[in-house]
Amino acid sequence: MSIQKDTLQQALTLDEMLIEQYRQHKALITKNDSPYVRQLRENAFQAFVKEGFPHSGTEMWRHTDVDALTEDSYLHELSAPANTENIEDVFKCDVHNFDTETVSMLNGWYTDKEDTLKTMPDGVVVGSISAAMKAYPELFEKHYGRVSGSESNGFVQINTAMTQDGIFIYVPDGVKVAKTLQIIKIINRKEQLFVQSRNLVILGKNSELSLMHCDDSVDQNASLVNTVSEFFVDENAHLELYKLQNLNDNSGLINSTFVRQMANSTIKTNTLTFNCGLIRNSIHVKLDGKGAHADVLGLYLMDKQQHIDNQIRIDHNVPNCTSNELFKGILDDEATGVFNGYIYVARDAQQTNAYQNNNNILLTPTATINTMPFLEIYADDVKCSHGATVGQLDQEAMFYIRSRGISAANARLLLMYAFAADIINEISIEPLRQRIDDMVKKRLRGELSVCEKCVLHCGAPDKEYHFDIDLSQI
Amino acid sequence: MLLNIKDLSVAINGKEILNGLNLQVNKGEVHAIMGPNGTGKSTLAAAITGREGYEITSGEIWYKDQNIIEMAADERANMGIFLSFQYPVEIPGVSMTNFMRTALNAQREYRGQPNIPAGEFLKLMEEKKKMVDIHSKLTARSVNEGFSGGEKKKNEIFQMALLEPTLAILDETDSGLDIDALRTVAKGVNELRSSENAFVVITHYQRLLEYIVPDFVHVMYDGKIVKSGNKNLALELEEKGYEWLKEQAAV
Repeated sequence: MSIQKDTLQQALTLDEMLIEQYRQHKALITKNDSPYVRQLRENAFQAFVKEGFPHSGTEMWRHTDVDALTEDSYLHELSAPANTENIEDVFKCDVHNFDTETVSMLNGWYTDKEDTLKTMPDGVVVGSISAAMKAYPELFEKHYGRVSGSESNGFVQINTAMTQDGIFIYVPDGVKVAKTLQIIKIINRKEQLFVQSRNLVILGKNSELSLMHCDDSVDQNASLVNTVSEFFVDENAHLELYKLQNLNDNSGLINSTFVRQMANSTIKTNTLTFNCGLIRNSIHVKLDGKGAHADVLGLYLMDKQQHIDNQIRIDHNVPNCTSNELFKGILDDEATGVFNGYIYVARDAQQTNAYQNNNNILLTPTATINTMPFLEIYADDVKCSHGATVGQLDQEAMFYIRSRGISAANARLLLMYAFAADIINEISIEPLRQRIDDMVKKRLRGELSVCEKCVLHCGAPDKEYHFDIDLSQI
Repeated sequence: MLLNIKDLSVAINGKEILNGLNLQVNKGEVHAIMGPNGTGKSTLAAAITGREGYEITSGEIWYKDQNIIEMAADERANMGIFLSFQYPVEIPGVSMTNFMRTALNAQREYRGQPNIPAGEFLKLMEEKKKMVDIHSKLTARSVNEGFSGGEKKKNEIFQMALLEPTLAILDETDSGLDIDALRTVAKGVNELRSSENAFVVITHYQRLLEYIVPDFVHVMYDGKIVKSGNKNLALELEEKGYEWLKEQAAV
């Protein structure tokens, strides 16, 4: 069932509506739950009732004003609508030479109604999180709500309290998943939707997974998406995670990612933000096993009055772990940005090596960025470095390029693209790298729109474009 | 006449640097511009190549029968004007190869020619690299990034060789060069010299002019050319210094 906006609810702000909805429909919300999950919901709900959504007065949200989003009214569905449109009608992914296993969610609901939980021949399980909760309670409860832990805010709380669907992935010990797994989340509804989804990804010992997580909208309707993802990466497992974010200017995306890494595991996350009204990406990596390594990278290309906020926290809880953060952004028009890089090194986490960097180009005097490195170090034998730059395009370089005959517009593109290339070149899946490369070029030319289909459809031959600057070696 | 600068005055931030300068350059000629520091030599190069931030307060710059004063730097480059920078700029993330291919194609497009095929471009690059004795691995790197001073200057000449300008301005290309690099640079310039192009060589020292023999030598002082002559003037300057010119100018 869905709760339609009535006159009463229209007068309510989102938090009021959600609290009322939870109280009224608790039986529906918790109908599939184990006692563990039910208790988690209840605790999270009580915390949310107390705290509510963060607002402009909340310290960690000082530079990201979500008041306009949370004070609006939305349609929030507690179960999937019966006549969901066919996902294939909404998008079709056409990345050439890029062989992926795809799972998709439409308006927050797992789309494959027949087969909600697939088990591959190698034992990999992929499907809807609500199905996994019932099918694998022990595995599920070992990690669900635990990777995220106690650190919380209103968005995470209300997600834990009320979420109904999301993606579950389990890679058994020793399994190296050959194909990239692609999660496509599409928002396509006339109503103004509040969508919550919850993902749990578990990598067993010595396993490998590369995952692409796309958040897209296919129209210009406003929505607010609140996603919480938990990743458990066991000993010597390797995770690559690409997030592609391309939502319309009216949308908000609150993305909270928690990663727990055990000994000698590695992760590489690359968050590529192309478009959205307001995005907050919070990535919290907990290095809980010796020798773990995390690369946390990101690129954001914002314009108009868009807002991007990347909150990265890396906890070095044990010795001998390394982390590397690099976020680069270009902000045009009146776009605003926040980068908060927090590195925590526990008392015993000796031999920590943590590196953090955030570089920004502001193309106009009206674009702004707040960049804040924050190091909290309790061990004495550590190497930590951080750096942040905010600048304009280098005028010396502009003249140098133009003095060779390259137009001002192309010189700008060349410099912006060169700036972004550091991040693009870190994409190790070649067809994906090429596609992102194309998207960045189109975005920088102002030609990338929220396209009619999946974000990766942007290479569709709708319009041939001319950009003869290719940084790859010829 | 290829270049005709008439009564040119240029100011930076309201301060007059060039003050009624005149210069005529024909195809096939090499002109050396000498003079003490701070007399406006680099400003002249900037004014000809269209660097922003230089205010032309009076005068005209005619090139190929057009007054180019209002033209953007890239358009002037497309018309065949090249500047070898005194301080070449590092551009991280842009490979030399793609930079030059993009530049060459921009110039070809301006002239109504199709883009150069990749294979042909590589061949052309190899040929020009040999001319200036530039190491192969340098062109695979980002533009000027991590190049030594000498490599940067050679790279300027390499770019010039590739773009084949009609008017090349060499702004203190000899500064910071050891004698071997100086010879290589001069050899590159001499190989490019033809009856169809011209060079304006800005330098402090006569040394470069032993290798690139000029048809004319001009001495700048206080924002204008105060004396012109043939290559012997450079020798005279080397011997006497600039003091006598300053005294002469003061009279």
